[in-house]
Amino acid sequence: MITYLEAIREAQKKALESDPRVYIYGQDIAAFGGAFKATKNLAATFPGRVIDSPISEDAMIGSAIGAALQGMRPVIEMQFADFSTVGFNQIVNQAATMFWRTGEPCPITIRLPSGGTPGSGPFHSQNLEALYAHYPGLIILTPATVEDAYSMLLEAIALNDPVIFCEHKYLYYHLKAEALPSAALPVGKARIARAGRDATVVTYSAMLHEALAAAEELAADGWEIEVIDLRSVKPLDTDTVLASVARTGRVLAVGEAWPWGGVTAEVLARIATDGFNLLDAPPMRLNSKDTPVPFHPNLWGTHRPTASTISNALRDLLRL
Amino acid sequence: MLHLAEAPSRAGKTSDFPETYRRAYRWMLLARVAEEKIASLFRGGRITGGVFLGKGQEAISVATGLALKQGDIFAPLIRDQAGRLAFGESLHDFTLTYLGARSGPMRGRDGNVHRGRPREGLLPMISHLGAMISVVNGMLIAHRFNGKAGTVGAASLGDGATSTGAFHESLNQAAVEKLPLVLVVTNNQYAYSTPNERQFACSDLVEKAIGYGVSGHSIDGTCLEDCMNGIGEAVRQARAGHGPQLVVASNLRLAGHGEHDDAHYVSTHLKNLPLGRDCLENAQQKLLQNGWAEAPTLELWARECAVQVDEAVAYALREPAPDPATEDWCAISHRHLADGNNAAI
Ligand SMILES: Cc1ncc(C[n+]2csc(CCOP(=O)(O)OP(=O)(O)O)c2C)c(N)n1
Ligand SMILES: [Mg+2]
Repeated sequence: MITYLEAIREAQKKALESDPRVYIYGQDIAAFGGAFKATKNLAATFPGRVIDSPISEDAMIGSAIGAALQGMRPVIEMQFADFSTVGFNQIVNQAATMFWRTGEPCPITIRLPSGGTPGSGPFHSQNLEALYAHYPGLIILTPATVEDAYSMLLEAIALNDPVIFCEHKYLYYHLKAEALPSAALPVGKARIARAGRDATVVTYSAMLHEALAAAEELAADGWEIEVIDLRSVKPLDTDTVLASVARTGRVLAVGEAWPWGGVTAEVLARIATDGFNLLDAPPMRLNSKDTPVPFHPNLWGTHRPTASTISNALRDLLRL
Repeated sequence: MLHLAEAPSRAGKTSDFPETYRRAYRWMLLARVAEEKIASLFRGGRITGGVFLGKGQEAISVATGLALKQGDIFAPLIRDQAGRLAFGESLHDFTLTYLGARSGPMRGRDGNVHRGRPREGLLPMISHLGAMISVVNGMLIAHRFNGKAGTVGAASLGDGATSTGAFHESLNQAAVEKLPLVLVVTNNQYAYSTPNERQFACSDLVEKAIGYGVSGHSIDGTCLEDCMNGIGEAVRQARAGHGPQLVVASNLRLAGHGEHDDAHYVSTHLKNLPLGRDCLENAQQKLLQNGWAEAPTLELWARECAVQVDEAVAYALREPAPDPATEDWCAISHRHLADGNNAAI
């Protein structure tokens, strides 16, 4: 069995093995192996290519951009997604504009350990995919499975554009697969994680598993819920979403991030503009509450969508 | 007639100091004339966007450009026309970008001082001050990975930009990694309208060097010779593997922050100090005093610069502007991964 976190480590190992242009730079990632051990043993296996950085997110990203301009393929580990805001300027103004302004590609991969876990609180739990997706020039990946964590990270490193790789911390240890995948869907394609015909749930990252549990629960009552895993939020695979809505006529978009201007809002905006006539009921969405992410598990468990709030929302949607 | 822009600026460097000095002076002069021309086009309404002049900073800038070699990296800022020319940027890149031509290096997508050619080691600045330094660091890290020894990266900065977090992070990063970074800070006494005393509280910016564990150099930005020696020495130190070098040059900005600004706030007291003198005039006097150039030669050089600038402006004016209908509105290099929502807008 291999965990989601191990898949991330294996992908980095494979990238370091197969491409001499790859190096990893981040806080505590060398001998220590990273705050989550995503780079455990890699520094010893690849001397000089897994490098500890000072606590300087702006300079970490800026230097990755410079190295990429000189032909390297840097992977930057943010200790937590939340701290990437300190490097925000370099990401959105330097990396994201480089190709458009100069025609020079900027192949950097920024790993963001994202999302909530019990007790992590306001500054170690954030989901920033919408923030980065807002800016032109970035690719935003949100793997929900062990297989995708592996194959999409490898693809991210191979791409010539800056990639924000949102890996979910809640999935790190307890999500397991039999083996690493040998084939994978390409970046940019959504996946139908569960087929159904009564309603569609569009989701991504850790919420996929809550949505699948909700679909299972509703199956006991005879409802067939289709669940779509977006995999990448930018580009957003609108075609797969619309094709599903065409089959089901009902849609619920679910995201762990905050609601305002987020991925669920974008999904529903596209369905409303391009697929209005496919709908049998108003589209719905479910997000975390519009407050900072709370520390206590009682509060946290209510702050974000869960299988039970998703199944409640689906029952409302099916009654409409 | 001499074609200064075509003169080899990096190759053919000579140990003959007067000859190097003459070359530096001519780049300074060309920068001054070129910028004055753009300023007059701006006043005539021919330039879209801002115009930022390096008047009074040419000595510092040219000394930086001249100290660098092929394979080095230069991250110029807004007042670096002279250094850009000395580093090898063509005058056409300057006029094409200011005039927004499609054939310029930025293709009308970015303008004025935001231009460069990363493949040639010339970084196109983003506006956010301090943000280019760590990019230079990364290029130097890549050189280290690729076994490209002996290269140097220089980044320009103003006194105001030393207050950014990016300055701190990147200088510290360069020091930790022992990179051959030369950070040239021009303390021209003001950041836009903000004087030094509202910007920092140390008595001299070069004191910051010690806190980062890097070498510091103080130079007189109004004196070309001092700039050439000081920056030249800093570049040699970096090239020899002695780690990052912080150069602090003092001068006064002899123009508005941009051409929209009358700089009424600049103190008369400062203007009357030696610090307030024009480095170009100083250099000209030195050429004459030392017998390194005669007056008629100086006049000839000035005429040549004017001709060159007129040609570069005329060339750029003839070049077509970008066309929104044929523009490639795709912000990433992998076209198939462009988000398909443009059509809906
Ligand atoms: C991070 C950031 N904040 C504000 C600005 C706006 N701005 C542009 S130039 C400037 C003054 C810069 O002063 P200094 O660094 O001393 O350089 P100088 O203009 O004197 O050459 C300011 C405030 C900016 N470009 N970037
Ligand atoms: Mg200043």
